[in-house]
Amino acid sequence: MDRIPILKIGDFLLVTIQVDMHDRLASALQDDLTSKIVKVKAKGVLIDISSLDVVDSFIGRMLANTSTMARVLDAQTVVVGMQPAVAITLVELGLDLSGVHTALDVEKGMEMLRRHIDIPQLDGDASGQP
Amino acid sequence: MTIPIPKILLNQRNEILQEWLHHQLSAQTRRADLISEAELRTDSERFLNLFSDAVQSGNLSDILSPEYKPVLEMLEDFSRSRGLQGFTPSETATFVFSFKQPLFSALRKSGEQDAAELVENMSVADLLLDKLGLYTTEVYQRSREEVIRRQQEEMLELSTPVVQLWDGILALPLIGTLDSTRTSVVMETLLQTIVDTHSELAIIDITGVPTVDTLVAQHLLKTVAAARLMGADCIISGIRPQIAQTMVHLQIDLSAVATKATMAEALRFALKRSGGATQRVLKNPFPKE
Repeated sequence: MDRIPILKIGDFLLVTIQVDMHDRLASALQDDLTSKIVKVKAKGVLIDISSLDVVDSFIGRMLANTSTMARVLDAQTVVVGMQPAVAITLVELGLDLSGVHTALDVEKGMEMLRRHIDIPQLDGDASGQP
Repeated sequence: MTIPIPKILLNQRNEILQEWLHHQLSAQTRRADLISEAELRTDSERFLNLFSDAVQSGNLSDILSPEYKPVLEMLEDFSRSRGLQGFTPSETATFVFSFKQPLFSALRKSGEQDAAELVENMSVADLLLDKLGLYTTEVYQRSREEVIRRQQEEMLELSTPVVQLWDGILALPLIGTLDSTRTSVVMETLLQTIVDTHSELAIIDITGVPTVDTLVAQHLLKTVAAARLMGADCIISGIRPQIAQTMVHLQIDLSAVATKATMAEALRFALKRSGGATQRVLKNPFPKE
């Protein structure tokens, strides 16, 4: 079975999703990710979905769940590189992923994570608005 | 039964044309301000010639048959140009209908037939010209619809510009009513520009949106949510006092979005957030020697 590679970059983990997600792949990813977060004491997770052209409510929910799981383990998750069509689909599906942080690309996502780790916020508001 | 119409049109072409022109020029509906006599004469002659040619085939009922193709094409041109010149549909159709009178009087004058045949012939010609007249109206309508559709498309394109205000800051001045078609165009343009320019902030200015109801607000919030999913934040600016009041009365919740009264405020806020050059340079423009 395929596995989605999880790369470690400094304090962060980078997951690039390039294939179609299905149930087993998603749960394998969540298994791998959670154990890796614990193992390397990661502070942040970047999920890059820039190569996904199509999403459904399942992937939407999977992203939200993964982000919640990471948060329980004290790692912030940023979903990066969402395509316009994907964003429109998710909004039309009614999934606004309100608990998930987003960034335009991996670089910006990493910047965002750095900011958050340096300045911990009590209320967990990560939008960075003053 | 003999059908003398083709023959009459051939033999008495000039008399019919003269009478028709005379009739049109003296008619109440003539629009001397829009079309010259010479033009009217050319149009009438063209129609009469083509109509006469078509009628020679003996087909006097089906205007969709190939014999009438030149006539229909001419009427299409005619109707379109009349529409552009500012004629009303009925004035356009009157051109064809007014041809009945000279034709009927020519029929009457030919005198070779008894009353029953005359009536028969007249009704055939009547039906035929009715169809042609209605056809001009149809074309008129169609050309108007084309204009409307083209204008709608142009408006759709014109009214959704995305402007790059600063490095990483986009502005989307919305003008006109937001419906679902326009919202999807706006959304797609905005999101694509966000990707293309790597902008993290977008200012949606609704100064030009006349009214904001729950539907428009929902569309706005959808756009904001989609931009957020991609990693860009939106600021809504240009909310007029009345609109702010309406929004509160309608219990539209904009708490998830940053809102500013003017585009200037929004830009200042955006620059501050992105850490851009917001410091005013207070340099003396006239330094002392």
